[in-house]
Amino acid sequence: MKEFMLSMVEFISQPWPWWMGTFVIGGTVFLLFFFGKEFGLSANLRIMCAADGAGDYADFFNFDWQTQGWNLMVALGALFGAYIAANYFGGDYLAHISPATVDTLNQIAGKDILEYGKVPIVPGSDVVHTGIPQFWNIYSWSSLFTIRGLIIIVGGGFLIGFGARYAGGCTSGHAISGIADLQLPSLVAVIGFFIGGLIMTWFILPYILRISF
Amino acid sequence: MKAFKYILVGFFFGFGMWKLEAISGFRIIEMFHFQSFHMYGIITSGVIMGIIITQLFKKGKIKTIKGVTKQFNDKDRTWPRYIIGGIIFGLGWALTGVCSGMMFVLLGAGYTVFVVFLAAAMLGTFAYGYFRKWLPH
Repeated sequence: MKEFMLSMVEFISQPWPWWMGTFVIGGTVFLLFFFGKEFGLSANLRIMCAADGAGDYADFFNFDWQTQGWNLMVALGALFGAYIAANYFGGDYLAHISPATVDTLNQIAGKDILEYGKVPIVPGSDVVHTGIPQFWNIYSWSSLFTIRGLIIIVGGGFLIGFGARYAGGCTSGHAISGIADLQLPSLVAVIGFFIGGLIMTWFILPYILRISF
Repeated sequence: MKAFKYILVGFFFGFGMWKLEAISGFRIIEMFHFQSFHMYGIITSGVIMGIIITQLFKKGKIKTIKGVTKQFNDKDRTWPRYIIGGIIFGLGWALTGVCSGMMFVLLGAGYTVFVVFLAAAMLGTFAYGYFRKWLPH
């Protein structure tokens, strides 16, 4: 029995192939629909603003946010799930990106600091402390106190929050649920996501990453 | 008990997103450079399952837990908001390599600096709510 459990842990801990998205996203959507709800995680930002009293400043936050508590529970669950996955089923803690991407990342950094097959799962050092070159140590408190880290963490957060509500949804609300419901507006929003993402990745991000203070 | 089932759904989602490496900023750069099928595979497989599930619920082949047919709302067909808002979201998505769902996942995984990202995202949402009436929709 113990051996079986250990082999199960080992089985789950290996990196998951892309088609596991069928079960992860499909299962999430199915369960939320079954409970009569929607799949849209950025809505939580609006709920949290409303709960903090933003309704005093803008009518947009005057809605019955108490009835949306279930969505906050989904976000809370995601915190727990990630904690367990990262700490007990983390496997090799690597991002299994393609050799071409490793080349691209090294070009951005201007030096060969990442090695194919040894790229840490996330560009940050709060959880996995070893093997992160300084250049790619972005998701960490020490990085937040640099101009570069401040732009990436605070600037990115602001754009995500502003853009998601302006567009009326994010990756879960538009790219998954909206397109799954064959909504043309969602397709337009996702095209917008990609225009913005391509502009940032190709023309802006490399210069931000090279800021050395 | 009511809350518990939603926490369970979130748990399943957060666990899976971590294992699928969808939380990786490196994966997002790879996606926007079209260097791997991985992220497209996750989204496409999710969408295909989503289409099937949505149709089954819409046609009432599957009822909700309360035994009723689930209602779906059509999105407003006014275009500027989807294009402009979408581009702004995309800029942020690629800048940090994180979308709004993944910020919860990374926070839970232990990247505690994402409380600052979350606060900034709330500020962004608040700014939208505040300036909403002057923005083209």
